[in-house]
Amino acid sequence: MNSLELVTRLRTFLPPEAVLHEKEDLRPYECDGLSAYRQTPMIVALPQTEDEVAQILRICHASKIPVVARGAGTGLSGGALPHAEGVLLSLAKLKRILELDPVARTARVQPGVRNLAISEAAANYGLYYAPDPSSQIACSIGGNVAENSGGVHCLKYGLTVHNILELRVLTIEGELLEIGGGGLDAAGYDLLALMTGSEGMLGIVTEVTVKLTPRPEKAQVVLAAFDDIRKAGDAVANVIAAGIIPAGMEMMDKITTRAVEEYIHAGYNLEAAAILLCESDGATEEVTEEIQRVNEIMKQSGAIEIRTSRDEAERLRFWAGRKAAFPAAGRVSPDYYCMDGTIPRKNLAKVLSGIEALSAEYGLRCMNVFHAGDGNLHPLILYDANRPGELELTEEFGAKILQMCIQAGGTITGEHGVGIEKINQMCSQFKTGELEMFHAVKAAFDPDGLLNPGKAVPTLRRCAEHGAMHVHRGEEKFPELPRF
Amino acid sequence: MQEIIDQFADTIRAAARESASLLIRSGGTKDFYGNRTANPDGSEGGILNATAYTGIVDYEPTELVVTARAGTRLAELETELRKRGQMLAFEPPHFGPGATLGGCVASGLSGPRRASAGAVRDFVLGVRMLDGRGDDLSFGGQVMKNVAGYDVSRLMTGSMGTLGLLLDVSLKVLPLPAAELTLRLPMNEAEAIDKMNLWAGKPLPVSATCFCDGELIFRLSGAAPAVRAARTIMGGVEIAEGAAFWQSIREQTHSFFQPGKQLWRLSIKSTTPPLSLPGKQLIEWGGALRWLAVDMDADTDAVHTAIRNTAKDAGGHATLFRSDGPCASVFHPLAPALMNINRRLKEKFDPKRIFSPGRMYPEI
Repeated sequence: MNSLELVTRLRTFLPPEAVLHEKEDLRPYECDGLSAYRQTPMIVALPQTEDEVAQILRICHASKIPVVARGAGTGLSGGALPHAEGVLLSLAKLKRILELDPVARTARVQPGVRNLAISEAAANYGLYYAPDPSSQIACSIGGNVAENSGGVHCLKYGLTVHNILELRVLTIEGELLEIGGGGLDAAGYDLLALMTGSEGMLGIVTEVTVKLTPRPEKAQVVLAAFDDIRKAGDAVANVIAAGIIPAGMEMMDKITTRAVEEYIHAGYNLEAAAILLCESDGATEEVTEEIQRVNEIMKQSGAIEIRTSRDEAERLRFWAGRKAAFPAAGRVSPDYYCMDGTIPRKNLAKVLSGIEALSAEYGLRCMNVFHAGDGNLHPLILYDANRPGELELTEEFGAKILQMCIQAGGTITGEHGVGIEKINQMCSQFKTGELEMFHAVKAAFDPDGLLNPGKAVPTLRRCAEHGAMHVHRGEEKFPELPRF
Repeated sequence: MQEIIDQFADTIRAAARESASLLIRSGGTKDFYGNRTANPDGSEGGILNATAYTGIVDYEPTELVVTARAGTRLAELETELRKRGQMLAFEPPHFGPGATLGGCVASGLSGPRRASAGAVRDFVLGVRMLDGRGDDLSFGGQVMKNVAGYDVSRLMTGSMGTLGLLLDVSLKVLPLPAAELTLRLPMNEAEAIDKMNLWAGKPLPVSATCFCDGELIFRLSGAAPAVRAARTIMGGVEIAEGAAFWQSIREQTHSFFQPGKQLWRLSIKSTTPPLSLPGKQLIEWGGALRWLAVDMDADTDAVHTAIRNTAKDAGGHATLFRSDGPCASVFHPLAPALMNINRRLKEKFDPKRIFSPGRMYPEI
């Protein structure tokens, strides 16, 4: 079926404006949050109901047309990068909160609902949706399920997989799967976990029931400065060793602190090698006690400066700098490239000094922000895409960081997903048998490989051809994909 | 240890060659759970005893992660964690001193703290396993956040040994609460269900709930000031033997779980009003778990159907958890589309269908 035939078929049940095929209409969909990778899709479809999604899938399945799902398009790994001969299935118009049950503490929502909109709707009941990825103003819950999104509070409150109860999923055949349930577990294999973080490779999520959490009575944050990144790392371990699970624990290095302080004016210590933010939440009495203990631990760990937020305004100011790290990178550099490795925390100093050495070797600056509680490291490599060869250098630098994360006992992606970006590093992290099993799992849902082809799991041929390292991605666009 | 793994792999490959069935078993403490399995020709299958593969591989309390071999006794693992002030927060039931980590993860059962802390699957970070070809595969890892590849580790959790043999398991652990207090409040069932749901919607440190015999018994856990403050709000009379009480619920030694009855487990929406079903009930997990003890003489097809339908109408599922006789349909029937996916996954992990065929469903 060619593109015009498909448009005609889709328009038999979709309004004309819900099927885009003109070049200029397709342009906004050519990339997600990872703009280094761009591809115009053949067609964009914007269904408004589950039934329309099912009809689109049935047509694509029958004609073997690839389907790439897209939520808000905020993903950072190119997971929603379109397929040149495929349909980009935007779920943005399925954006209704269908039911909010304050007594059972659940919300049943469509996939296009924004993460923050759920918490806003639940606020009247003293409830909220706990996972809070930094893009929560914009990102959609369907995308959160696809990526198993986290946030700064996930050490205590969990990731998406810990906070959803039920999914309605359409297979590529257009068949409905009701996964999970109203209780805390379900019969059969744990498909709820398998779907979460599956990057649109297994099915299309059309409805999500999330768990809502009571809003804590109080939150307070300790801001500690260290003259040595090692001491800051030890401080994190000391907090955990004291039996404290902080609501949030974030670290920034000197270059990041300086970049954000310049325009946020959070009052950070500019001479510090590392800044640590440690938040406590819960009952008032509990927070008061915990904050006191955290203060003592920071002192014993050798902090050169410790401040505790005195009120909500100050707490938000302390956080403002950390939350502005990415835009700050955008201010000090024309472009930046965000990495997403996770490491056992004990190896932090080793990995950071490795990054410092690579930064010197490549002549590229790198800012480091760190979800210290759960070991998720976000190095932001600063570069200028207009300088010939600099993006390639950046990518090579990034690939080496990920390699280092694997060697340190960690993983190439903590929360951004593999997408197209880290597909070659998958060859380093997994052995052949494991990659084969991933393909088998996909085949159990999508035997023809039509959902988001070429993402998340590399073909064995790709791994063999590219080797594990020193790959300039983008030289060859999707060599493994069948053409239609 | 590699020698033991090689032996396991040989056993699996031999079974695959002959299409013979293998029951993965260590302490045998969960033998009662699931459908009775046998080879397709009616003869009993072989047993793959996994107890030899034992020991803690890696434990760094400040990383909040422990990695241990599947044959490790659960009691031993929990003792090691306790020494460092930590715990398996999902409070898995042992059902006997022989319980192992592998059996705990494979059965996917969680205890009283589940509603507040999460289930086994929420704490599983990574597994190393042998699939139905005897291939040695690792998924997930030793870190809290990891989205590289599909979440096979959690898929293995609760799969009852039908997808592969667990070798090493990495789990997130949590600190033991600084203070714990168990309290009781007399009330009827409907009031208790309301109360549990009301409390769960407030920032209170409730870590376990149980309604039985006209009393709501609940546990508060956390920092001492938080527990004190909550007690003032919530009321109730303290139970001196609180720890022993929760142990009796977790291990089903409480008088409710007396032998000689059929024990059903209904996992349903927490706000579901009292269920009108024959037999006696005990409620856990803030209302989301209802245990039902039915007299053997009331065990009819009509009762089974009523229980299944009641659970389904309440948004959940029913499991015939313990029964005297062999049963071929312990777990709640799956919708055809879901069964299809379950069956295909089984084929991918265990193409010769050697691992406990039929233990979960006749189709897998």
